[in-house]
Amino acid sequence: MNKKSEIIPEGIVEYFKKKFGDKIIDSRVEKRKIGVKKNEQKMVWFRVERNIFKDAVKHLLELQFPHLSVVSGNDVGENIELIYHFTLNHGEHLKEIPVNISVEMPKNDLKIPSICDIIPGALITEREKQEMLGVKVENIPDSRKMFLPDDFPENVYPWRKDEKGIPEKMVKKLWEEKK
Amino acid sequence: MKYTLPIGPIHPALKEPILFEFEIEGEKIANVDIKPGHNHRGIEWTGMRRNPVQIIYLAERICGICSASHPFAFCMAVENAGNIPVPDRAQYIRTIIAELERIHSHILWAGVAAHELGFDSLLYLTWRVREKVLDILEYLTGNRINYAMYMIGGIRRDITDEQVPKIKEALNYYKGLLEKLGNIFLKDPTIRMRTRNVGVLTKEEALKLCAVGPTARASGVKKDVRQDYAYAAYADLDVMAITPDMLTGKVIGDVYDRIIVRLLELKQSIEIIEECLKNMPSGEIMSEPKIPKLLINLKKAVGEGIGRHEAPRGEVFHYVKLDGKETPYTWKARAPTYNNLLSWVPMLVGEQIADIPIVAASTDPCISCTDRVAVIRGSKKNILTKEKLHKLSVEKTAEFTRRLMK
Repeated sequence: MNKKSEIIPEGIVEYFKKKFGDKIIDSRVEKRKIGVKKNEQKMVWFRVERNIFKDAVKHLLELQFPHLSVVSGNDVGENIELIYHFTLNHGEHLKEIPVNISVEMPKNDLKIPSICDIIPGALITEREKQEMLGVKVENIPDSRKMFLPDDFPENVYPWRKDEKGIPEKMVKKLWEEKK
Repeated sequence: MKYTLPIGPIHPALKEPILFEFEIEGEKIANVDIKPGHNHRGIEWTGMRRNPVQIIYLAERICGICSASHPFAFCMAVENAGNIPVPDRAQYIRTIIAELERIHSHILWAGVAAHELGFDSLLYLTWRVREKVLDILEYLTGNRINYAMYMIGGIRRDITDEQVPKIKEALNYYKGLLEKLGNIFLKDPTIRMRTRNVGVLTKEEALKLCAVGPTARASGVKKDVRQDYAYAAYADLDVMAITPDMLTGKVIGDVYDRIIVRLLELKQSIEIIEECLKNMPSGEIMSEPKIPKLLINLKKAVGEGIGRHEAPRGEVFHYVKLDGKETPYTWKARAPTYNNLLSWVPMLVGEQIADIPIVAASTDPCISCTDRVAVIRGSKKNILTKEKLHKLSVEKTAEFTRRLMK
């Protein structure tokens, strides 16, 4: 499907708003002038509600098959926020647009659908989110640990900032813990 | 009969520990499972307990070979999050250091590839010529690796006019070598037989698996952050993503194509540095030269940002969230090999055991070197040492050479 004309930053936001309306939250387009010639870099950020997240990714695919750089995660108090860093439109000088889609979920219901069925390259980063933040990725094709050892304690997630984060005893005086 | 062949966590083709579990049928690879994490050091966790300037020191030590790439991407992420300007001259020096790093990294890779194929004299020759660029990096920064050049909002050391002739001399030295390297790596019939149609990754697979860097480009994906999302001095230059069809007119996506891409990128890097030296703007190298003041500004900054840099192995990605405290709220660093891990599966399936070292090395994985491999046949355990596995590869090359002689 060729919709190259729509792939400008403002166009991307419009494209999503047309389909999902006010379920697209806090959208912003960032521009930054760079170098002596002051060429412009552009990127798009917005948040979606979890119940439309997978549809939003499918909607993105209708525009163009995106590159998924990585998924990063924030522990923001009551919620966990995942940010999917996609990029669109590679192949020409300064035409690429990073599209950062964030989605939040409450800590008592940490679930997100897997997107591996549409972007198989998402597997590693989804596995990482499971072990680092304790988010359950539903229907993930392979749910083993990625980077942490198999005997890593249950219910401890290194990127969490609450009581499920790395406890002090795993950082200091390890000789006392592992006698 | 199928049997399992675990390779790693410690293995000769890798520069960092990782475990491959191969399912083998006779001589062919039926399936492969990849288990990283043996060297997970919790750098992001550590970083979230330090201030951004201290993180640069950590970021530089994520990788010993791309020690300019991670601080480069991290500084860009912080600059994006905190809206910190970077002087033009610093942008050009950043680019020069990053390209010098690419030259040393690609030559290092060429040597490793020669070694995996059994051409050890070629390994010594390529690593001998690599010394020149390391000397230049040491001359400019004080170190062969871990250059400590990048700083949030600029660069730490200037390149003076007196230093320029020495850089130019080194660039001319490499220009004179390009044809020789091309002849050795691309025209040698044995290298061609060991690498042509071996470890193929199709364009579609590369896109779907989100592959990056020379691995993706060798499969025909015109993807290069320096072109697509040009930053620093690249924004002023006309950098083009290099694909193998520029030389041969076709894309196969095998190990041979990956050699082509890296060799052409050597030439491209030399041209980029020349262009930067020619057009280098004058002026400051730091937007805020007083580090305590920079730290105070960073402490007040609120926002989130990303930094992307095309490292020798592909896109390095950093995400930073600042929330008005001394340490960043979140720091996520992603190296290119992370995205290229899955590409190994289509590359390796269907190949022979003796091809494992060169195919695994062909993505230039940033993971380590080694000593032994265990082969399990039924209940019997056979230990294949590094030497044995390497010998298998060398024997295959020797066999091809014999056939050519006839």
